Amino acid sequence: MTKDNRSRFSRRSFLAALGATAAGLKFSPRLALAEEPPKLNFYNWDTYIGEDTLDNFGDATGIDVTMDLFADNDELFAKLKGGNPGYDVIVPTNDYVERMITAGMLVPVDHSRITNVSNIDPTFRDAAFDPGRKYSLPYMWGTIGIGYRKSRVDSVPDSWKWVFDSDRYARKIALMGDAPTVIQMGMKYLGYPLNDTDPAHIRQVEEMLIRQKPDVLVFAEDNGQDLLLSGEVDVVMEWNGDILQVMEEDDDIGYVVPKEGGLLWQDCLCIPTGAPHPENAHVFINYILDAEAGAEIASFIQYATPNAAARKLLPAEYNTNPAIFPSQETIERCEVATYNGADYTRMIDEAYTRIMAS
Amino acid sequence: MDSWRKNPLVFWVFAVPPAVWLLLFFLTPLALIWVFSFGEKSGLIDVHITWTADNYMRALDPLYLQIFLKSFWFAGITTAICLVVGFVLAIAITFAPGRHRPILLLLVMLPFWTNLLIRTYALIAILRTKGSVNAALEQFWGWGNGLLALLGVEHLQLLGDRFEPLHLLYNNFAVVAGLVYVHLPFMVLPLYAALDRMDRSYIEASLDLGASQLRTFRSVVIPLAAPGIVSGVIITFVPALGSFLTPDLLGGTDSQMIANVIERQFKSANDWPFGAALSFVLMYITFFAIALRSVWSARRDAREALA
Repeated sequence: MTKDNRSRFSRRSFLAALGATAAGLKFSPRLALAEEPPKLNFYNWDTYIGEDTLDNFGDATGIDVTMDLFADNDELFAKLKGGNPGYDVIVPTNDYVERMITAGMLVPVDHSRITNVSNIDPTFRDAAFDPGRKYSLPYMWGTIGIGYRKSRVDSVPDSWKWVFDSDRYARKIALMGDAPTVIQMGMKYLGYPLNDTDPAHIRQVEEMLIRQKPDVLVFAEDNGQDLLLSGEVDVVMEWNGDILQVMEEDDDIGYVVPKEGGLLWQDCLCIPTGAPHPENAHVFINYILDAEAGAEIASFIQYATPNAAARKLLPAEYNTNPAIFPSQETIERCEVATYNGADYTRMIDEAYTRIMAS
Repeated sequence: MDSWRKNPLVFWVFAVPPAVWLLLFFLTPLALIWVFSFGEKSGLIDVHITWTADNYMRALDPLYLQIFLKSFWFAGITTAICLVVGFVLAIAITFAPGRHRPILLLLVMLPFWTNLLIRTYALIAILRTKGSVNAALEQFWGWGNGLLALLGVEHLQLLGDRFEPLHLLYNNFAVVAGLVYVHLPFMVLPLYAALDRMDRSYIEASLDLGASQLRTFRSVVIPLAAPGIVSGVIITFVPALGSFLTPDLLGGTDSQMIANVIERQFKSANDWPFGAALSFVLMYITFFAIALRSVWSARRDAREALA
């Protein structure tokens, strides 16, 4: 009988304790339960963050950042297309920000939590591809132009002609292996708007590239600057930052934005839909827009920062480098890529397939 | 455990886990992609399954057929070279002394254990303008010039005034070299297996009956190794057909294979239904080749049964 009493007592008391706990949980403050674990998943380009930025961020806020890398915007888009696999902050380029806004893949950024927005240069506080910067904040910007080896060119190759329409550097030319970029730069050379969707003009660019193909060594997959450095090619169509990184290793390399104009791009920090740690994402974005953190990143990766406060902390050789910060008239000659619809994407892809197949 | 008919439980215990794995991680995704191939893009991220044949019609466009043909051509050349080189290697390993064979097989398989990407980059380092091959040739050129200087004829510049490196990279040569390098183990192993199984007394008998070495090789060894040859050819041809990394990294402006086009559909062109259709055309061709092989081997077995 004692045994019975004891087991009944303990079972009953166990159930009572459970009930008390449940009631307690129900009434405890919501904040305590809704707190995010101190983690962040960051999806970024390769070599596109300062050396110690993530460690410094971890020290400053206690949030542990895991950074994954992607090679191009298409990979980023394809990965997120089927649903966010768990990334909190991503870094798409401006035309892909447009694409993702259209597709509903981005979450609005709460500016009230980003106090460092005031650090951003006024020109970047708004953008045509994201009115009011609802979904994105600027990270880095730059141009696409021609990287060249000074000792192997007659004069500065300041026209797209030298890569698109001339055999002067036969077999020592590398173009970018990205369908829209190559065709859009072709448009600039022929004098058409960069985002021209006219099929006849696309055909014209396609035919020009087919004619030029025998003189092109390779459509480089983002390693054009390595080919330039190792001497495989003498002129290459590349991102300004990539060329700058190899300019540090070799004084014989130069960069120029052709006189017809190049591409003006802007990479942005965004929060994708379904991010598991949106609070931490805001803290991270705010940290990157901080003057010191921004300066550290910019001096390491040698791209142009839209952070005016960070620029003040950087040396003159960075701020006056024409390859990083082109002159105003150069910027005016360049154009920004926009998302031009699915039909345009298909036309470009088929043109590129035909160029590669001929 | 000797027959699953007698011991069905044992059979199911062993068969169920791999079958589930195959179903979940292979057949289901494949079926999904197959359904995609009948779909249409609706908006930026969605695919509407309308059971349309448009994607297949587009895949049979001359532009893409031409690329299929080029891929077959590359895969064919690769398989042919692998067959010749692989056969020689397999014979060498088969007729090597027993204690050397494991080491030789290991040497053939060792590159296999390195990641494909790293092996391809290694080839870039070897073939490029300042790579190993050209560096070695430049050395020889230097020595040749030194020799000519010794003979007093350096002013004639018989070897040219400047070393011209060989262009071994970013062209179709590099793509085929890369494909052969990557697929050779696939060819050697089935060939070795078939040759190892071969009864040596056939060769002895053939030689005793007066056939020359060459005749023996042609009329006895090759027919006996035939199943290995067929397996090796299929295992080499099919992956070579679908390779995209090698033409991407090593190829020039003329080396686009069908898998590169498919990759672009899933990435920059954002047209998954069309990419799915192209992939499945490739797959139907593969199934056809394997079906041919089964028909051939069934007929061969029937012939042997009658003999």
